[in-house]
This record gives sequence, C-alpha cells and structure tokens, in this order.
Amino acid sequence: MNRHLLRRFLGRLGLYVSVILLVSPAVLFFLWMLSLSLKNELDNTAWPPVFIPNPPTLANFIDVFEKNDFLTYTINSVIVSFSATGLALLFGVPAAYGIAKSKATKAAALILIARVTPGLSYLIPLFLLFQWLGLIGTLVPLVITHLVITVPIVVWVMIGFFEGLPGELEEAALVDGATIWQAFLYVAMPLARPGITVATILAFIFSWNNFIFGVVLAGRATRTLPVAVYNVLTFEQISWGPLAAAALIVTAPVLLLTLLMQKEIVAGLTTGGVKGG
Amino acid sequence: MSASATATIASAPRAYGRRYWVFALPAALIVLAVILFPWIFTLFMSVHEWKVTGDTPFVGFANYAKMLTDQRFIGAVWRTLIFTAASVIAPLILGVWAAVCFATKFKARGLARTLFVLPMMATPVAISLVWTMMFHPQLGVLNYILTSLGLPPSTWVYDGATVIPTLVMVETWQWTPLVMLIVLGGLASLPTDPYEAAILDGANTWQMFRHITLPLVMPFIMVAAVIRIIDALKTFDTIYVITLGGPGSASETINILLYQTAFAYYDLGYGSAMVVVFFVLILLVSMLLLRLRQREDLR
Repeated sequence: MNRHLLRRFLGRLGLYVSVILLVSPAVLFFLWMLSLSLKNELDNTAWPPVFIPNPPTLANFIDVFEKNDFLTYTINSVIVSFSATGLALLFGVPAAYGIAKSKATKAAALILIARVTPGLSYLIPLFLLFQWLGLIGTLVPLVITHLVITVPIVVWVMIGFFEGLPGELEEAALVDGATIWQAFLYVAMPLARPGITVATILAFIFSWNNFIFGVVLAGRATRTLPVAVYNVLTFEQISWGPLAAAALIVTAPVLLLTLLMQKEIVAGLTTGGVKGG
Repeated sequence: MSASATATIASAPRAYGRRYWVFALPAALIVLAVILFPWIFTLFMSVHEWKVTGDTPFVGFANYAKMLTDQRFIGAVWRTLIFTAASVIAPLILGVWAAVCFATKFKARGLARTLFVLPMMATPVAISLVWTMMFHPQLGVLNYILTSLGLPPSTWVYDGATVIPTLVMVETWQWTPLVMLIVLGGLASLPTDPYEAAILDGANTWQMFRHITLPLVMPFIMVAAVIRIIDALKTFDTIYVITLGGPGSASETINILLYQTAFAYYDLGYGSAMVVVFFVLILLVSMLLLRLRQREDLR
C-alpha cells in the first residue's frame, strides 16, 4: 500500500516537472520579450542583464510610433487580413459545403496541395503579373496573395465541420421543397457557426502573421506590420527596446486572440494541422 | 406537393453530386487564378532565361542542368535536408512527451496548454527578432544563462558550426506545439479497455506507454511527422530574419537561396526552375501524407 502511494506521488511529481520543463521555454521567452520592450536602452544592454524593468517605461512604444509610420502599417495589416479572411469565408464556406456534400476527395486533395506549396513559388509569376497590371504599390496584390493562405484554411476546416453535421435536417428541408442553396443557407450554415468561428480565427491569424508575401510585394507605403517590424531591425540594429516593442505590437493581437479563444483554436488546429504560407 | 418536387426527390441521390459542384465554383476560379496560373507560368519561365528586363530567350532545360553543377544549390539542398531531419525528430519526441502530459488531468491544464501553444501562433518575424537579440554573443541573455550555469558561452547564429543547430532549436520551440496537438487528438480517441487489462496484469506506466499507447497513436504521430517534414522544408521567415542564410552561406536553405535568386539577383528563369524542383520534392513527401490520411480513414 505504501509503495503504491509512493509510486503515485512520484508519478504526479514527474508530471508536474515535465509540464514545467515543457511550458517554461514559451513563458520565459514572452516574458523576456515584454521585459526588453519595457526597459530603457541602458538596462537592455547591461551585463549582467536586468530582468525586471525598474522603473518600466513606455518610451520604446512611443519611439516606434514616432520614428516609423506604424499607424499606416497597422491599418494596412488590418485591411489586408480582414479582406483576405472575409473573401475566403465568402468563397471558401460554400466550396467546403459542396466538397463535403459531393464527397469530392480530389477537390480536397487540391486544397491540400495549396497547403503544401511553398509561398515563394506563387510569388515569382504573381510578382510579374502584378507589375504588368500596375498594381505594385497598392494593397490589392497583398489581399489576393493572402487568399492563398486563407482560402485553404477555411475550406479545410469547414469540410471537417460540414462532414460532421448529421445531414438529416437538410434532407428534411429539401423534401419540404427548399432549394439546395436554401438548405445550405438556412439549415447547414447556422449549425456550422462554431466551425466558421474557428476558420475565421485561424485564417485571420495566419494572414496577419504572413511575412513572405509582404516582403516581396509591398511598397514603402503598403507594408504590413511583419514587414515593417523587420525593417526596424535593418535600420536600428542596436536599439533593442524599440525592436522588442515593435515585435510585441505586431504579435500582441495574435497572442491575445489565442489566449481568449484557446478552445476554438485547438479544435481547429487538431483537424488538419493548419498553418499558413 | 407538386409534381416537379416529387420528381426531384426521386432523382435526388444521383443529382446530388452534380448540383453541389456549383458551391465550389467561385473558390475553384480563385484557386485557378492564384494557384494554377502561377504553376503553369513558373513552368514556362523555368525553360527561359528570364531577367526582369531584356529578352527572354528559350533555353530548354539549361536552368535545370545548371542546378546539377551549381555548388551553391547543392549545398543548399544538403543544408535543407539536415535542417529538416533535425527539425522533425526533435519536435516529434518533445511533442509526444507533451501530448502524454497534457492528456493527463492536472490543475490549470487548460492554461498550461494555451501557454504551450503560444509559440506556434505568435508572428514568426516578431519571435525571430527576439531570438536574434537573445543570441547576441556578448549581451544576449542566453549566454548569460549558460555562463551562470557554469557552461561555456555559445556562438549561436554567429558561427557556421552552431548556426543550424541553433535554428533547429528555434524551429523546435515554435512547432513542437503542433505535434503535441495532433498527438493529443489521437490520445483522446484511445479506448480504455487495454489499459484496464494491463493494470490487472501489473504493467507499469512505461510498459503501458511502450506497448499500448505508442502503437495506438502511431498513425497520428506519422501524420504529425509528415506535416512537420513539409513545414520544415518550407521554413523561411525565421531563417530569413535571424540569419538571412549566413554567416556566409552556412544556413542558406533552398527556400532562402530561391528568394535570393529570384528577388535579389532577379534571375527569374533559374529561380523558377528551382521552384519546380523544390515543389516536386515537397510533393513527393505530401503524397505520403495523403496516403497516410486515406489509410487512417479506412480504419
């Protein structure tokens, strides 16, 4: 009996030690990021490092917005990610419904290929195309290329949700004389609302995070936040405070969204190993 | 009920497949424009000498032949394979360990899991910048930690010998959560009977993990492995921001070389040929993913 209790105790201890070992790299990393962004330059380059900002300062954040046009870049990012997510829902949700209902596995495979292709391989031809069309320097190329990320995420997540719906309700509606469009709009869509939430969050996050399309296609005035923050690095190599502050500004919305919607995000990610670009 | 409605019901099973295609049409057009057109155009460019300005003469397979003798490309292929192998194995081991932990109930499990998932959701450019600051050889916090523990400081990304292992560490930190989530999904679907039988037979925790859990979640681990292979092959943001392929070309992977060729040297023809080869490489791996998924569906 004693041995049994000891083993249980050791098992619990092992579990907690494991969890701490696994979670601490993530937690310590983000705490250090926060610490860097709240310290003045003297403390940031001190040796041994200063861990807790004393006193914390918001000067770095003010500096980022004063020296760079971060407000424009934030607006750019918001426009691009919202448009790309909205369009992806508009086109992707019905497509997923069609694929799920007609069991078109080949179409699903095509979506998977989009997930597999490296983002760069779209960029060479699209870069030329946008140049010919004179669209470089506007946000249009960014919205269009971000569809490469958002449409597959929406379709992939929604196929799973529509396949999981019972189907009898729609059939009942069809028997009552509804068109398939009505059955989709008034029966299937309301049932799939949790799936749409998941798809929206994931598509938005991975569009927001995207760097590669912006770095090639964005002009000076059309930079999205990830591109803008990278440029802070190239021009201000040594000032760590503003750099960390800029990095935090870019990723804070995503981190908050993840913390608030963790259940939905975990549900979406486990269905298909979604990742953008 | 009208006659036409009755007719619809009668022919419903056959007509369903055809009519639902309409739903996918708009998305199919987008896929055609944004995904299919680039492919075809890339193939076209890859058999031409294509600089941004000037003529674009047809050169046949010259761009492809060039790759075979291009030491820089061959080096990039090797580095990509080494980076990928390490960036698959480490997250798989840690991810399975994490999944087993998070499958057990404990206090604040939800919070711990969310915190654990943060690295994969955070903006890659942002975390890369912070890693870059942490890797600083004189002022970086990582060397402070190492020296405080009595270990020698590392050169991290500032030396050809340590740059790939360091980038693998970043990749592992970032993507272990994805492996964990996929395997956790597998663990959640496990039956409980084998465990009850094993406990009656006096099996210990390790034996149960080794002989029951591991074989049962193997399909999920395989799916995670293939997804990881694809993503590791494609890694761009972290390497681009942290090292830009350096020092020298010590961390120049195919994707980074591809970017440089097309958008720094503007050699679009050669870049396109590289894209084709790179894509074929990734496609071969993803075929494996599809087959694994199908086999899983059969169960």
